[in-house]
Amino acid sequence: MRKNIILTGVGGQGTVLASKLIAAAAMEKGIPCMSAETIGMAQRGGSVFSHLRFGEGVRSPMIAPGEGDILLGFEPGETLRMLHFLKPGGQIITAIRPVIPVTSALSGGDYDGRLQLEYLKKSGYPILAIDTDQAIRDLGNPKVINVVMLGAASETGQLGVTPEELKTAIRNRIPEKLQELNLRALDYGRELL
Amino acid sequence: MHKEYLMGNEAIALGALAAGVNVVAGYPGTPSTEVLETIAKRRTDSTYVEWSVNEKAAMELAAGAAYSGARTMVTMKQVGLNVASDPLMSLEYVGVKGGMVILVADDPGPISSQTEQDTRRFAGFAKLPCFDPSSAEEAYRMVQEAFALSEEQGTPVFLRPTTRICHGYQSLEVKDPEEYLVHTPEGFVKDSKRWVIFPRLSYANHQKIVQRDEQLSEAFSTYPGNSVLDFPAASPEKIKDAERDIMDVGDVDCGTLTLGIAASGISYAYALETLEDMTLRHKVKLLKIGTPYPFPEQLAREFLENVDIVLCLEELEPVMEDGLLLTAGRFHLSTPILGRRTHTTAVAGENTRAMVNDLLLTWLWQGYTSDGKTCSVSSSVSPRRKTTEDEKEKAPELPVRPPVLCAGCPHRASFYAVKVAMKGKKTVFCGDIGCYTLGNAMPLDMVDTCLCMGAGVNMAQGFGRVEPDTACFAFVGDSTFFASAITGVVNAVYNQANMTLIILDNSTTAMTGHQPHPGTGHTMMGEIVAKIDMEQILRGIGLTVVETVNPLELKKAVDTVARVAAEPGVKAIIFKYPCIALNSEKAKQLRTAGPVRILPDKCIQCKKCIRELGCPALVVKDGKVAIDETLCTGCGLCRQICPTGAIEGGDLSLEVGDHA
Repeated sequence: MRKNIILTGVGGQGTVLASKLIAAAAMEKGIPCMSAETIGMAQRGGSVFSHLRFGEGVRSPMIAPGEGDILLGFEPGETLRMLHFLKPGGQIITAIRPVIPVTSALSGGDYDGRLQLEYLKKSGYPILAIDTDQAIRDLGNPKVINVVMLGAASETGQLGVTPEELKTAIRNRIPEKLQELNLRALDYGRELL
Repeated sequence: MHKEYLMGNEAIALGALAAGVNVVAGYPGTPSTEVLETIAKRRTDSTYVEWSVNEKAAMELAAGAAYSGARTMVTMKQVGLNVASDPLMSLEYVGVKGGMVILVADDPGPISSQTEQDTRRFAGFAKLPCFDPSSAEEAYRMVQEAFALSEEQGTPVFLRPTTRICHGYQSLEVKDPEEYLVHTPEGFVKDSKRWVIFPRLSYANHQKIVQRDEQLSEAFSTYPGNSVLDFPAASPEKIKDAERDIMDVGDVDCGTLTLGIAASGISYAYALETLEDMTLRHKVKLLKIGTPYPFPEQLAREFLENVDIVLCLEELEPVMEDGLLLTAGRFHLSTPILGRRTHTTAVAGENTRAMVNDLLLTWLWQGYTSDGKTCSVSSSVSPRRKTTEDEKEKAPELPVRPPVLCAGCPHRASFYAVKVAMKGKKTVFCGDIGCYTLGNAMPLDMVDTCLCMGAGVNMAQGFGRVEPDTACFAFVGDSTFFASAITGVVNAVYNQANMTLIILDNSTTAMTGHQPHPGTGHTMMGEIVAKIDMEQILRGIGLTVVETVNPLELKKAVDTVARVAAEPGVKAIIFKYPCIALNSEKAKQLRTAGPVRILPDKCIQCKKCIRELGCPALVVKDGKVAIDETLCTGCGLCRQICPTGAIEGGDLSLEVGDHA
């Protein structure tokens, strides 16, 4: 079985960490993994992505358009930007909270992610839209949205790793003082389904 | 052995440690930085590691250590090799005693660089062996082989990964520390005939080098990193099946054709996966080139003799393609070779999997004619996969997200202060390499030029020579100042230039991920050392006007710029405030104020804060100015420019000090 997962968001949203947690969980099961992500200048508030692939026969870390099994987007506009990577019938899991770009505020643009979210909902792909505004209020911390999304994704059963396997990865990979918050965020995401 | 999930750069670092590397030096630069950082984190007791002041210093230090018999590695990005090319081109002739690996990361795209230069060309230019890995796993293997080859041949050896190799992760088997080779340097043995470069030595060694590279070319033809894989054509039934999914299939009698694909680096990995997954209409041979220099000519010749036509897949320069063309020429082979030189593949930018997939589909499914001697594409058909997708509703516009200075970045305040102070005056603002290149973005628009590390200081002098009535500014970061701006300041003072140097001192090398530098007071070996004081350097060079100011104290900063810029000669301002992403305790203490707040009664929606600062934390929500509290660091710059006092909170106790 090969699994191709696209994670996407805006620099600073924890795309890379989310990708590493899934990879750690898969590796724990002895599945070969590869991944690649945006590093460098674009991390400063730009669009960022992570491609994560595991299973036999994976030769490079990059996913080709139309090959993705799951699209995990931490921002609605960014989810749409990566939609073409999804294969027919692939699962969208997207945050609804927009991150307003500086260019939009400057030009008097009115980007708020709503149009993009509507389009995603009508795209014909199965979609799970997570109310990340509510999640921030409930958890009191915007930094763990990535893990909330992981919780929801793992609960769909399509991620290739289980919630319990992700919890082990969190315990192994995240500094102790932040573990409780992240475990809570993961469970919060699971309960949204 | 044990398994780890490693970034290519981490794999290279662990490979170097497994090879017993003794001395590692480099200068940070995307996509190479994590190699040296990983060595520092996981080094053994016999490893010395440093961020040198620049790539030239790193290369020379490594050369000295290698003359002493140590195994050394020097790390940099492709443009860094330009800085280090002076020692490199001489070192080529002198050679080394201990193994020396020059790790240079190339950046097709370019994604985070000024140029798309190709280090494989540089390797050919310098006549030094070069390894080009196609995965993290291969990079791990190659760095160890590179050390062995370097020592055996007494010459520096290149390892040249590209961004997707450097930053791609892979689960792979690596050695345990107990399995690491322990290399004990013999020490330097004086021999001026060997270590002092003179014309006669260069002449004699030039001959030896050419001979050595010819021998290496032969040896590399059987090296496992260079290989030819065979893929048989699918059965006629399978081909018929596949034809149902592919449009515009050309007429072809292809029973006896063998198509050649030559690939290197990440393009090889892409091609391999596609070939393994695709139904093949023809026989295919896949040539992999892992040593672009010296080119494995014998292997290439056998490949060319056994295929009817060749497609080259590589990034940046057509190095492999030229190797094949040269081989074909030397052995009078008529095999057509297509690639960048024939514009069959893109001439710039990186290869993506989508590009390689599409190219291979076209290439492997189109019609060919063959007269038994040569083979060519029979028609202009370009096969593509049938898609069932109907015209979809047009997708809404996507937000544009150019990289910007972070919310709370002190550079924003520095640029803004200069902008306000110099408003209405004739100016030129020379920028430089670092996060602060982003000062070019609207609305700041404060970077008129950016060329290469340290160029701004000298360029500002050039502008001044042509337009003496222009106030010429050079902006340079703290790390870049140490790397390559000091000689520029000496030049300016000596040659009586008239310019203002602005040092943006954020107490770190921010863009590449917070590396220490001579001004930070700590080293990669974990030592706390005396900081090198930039103000003292400038005064030592002869500047009499040098002022240090906190850019977030806006009024003071503006006044300082206006006053200093009016002085004659070379003068400097050091804007000192730590990078907002820096997590040292002292830096964190500075941002305890929490986000600023907008007072709705007082805000008149003039949007001056948004229009003038372009801070990502200042947004428009439901038509009104709002603060994105998840981004705002409370730097308080917007509070200081609000005409109605409608912003409150933020950092009120601003002090200039040492924050690193």
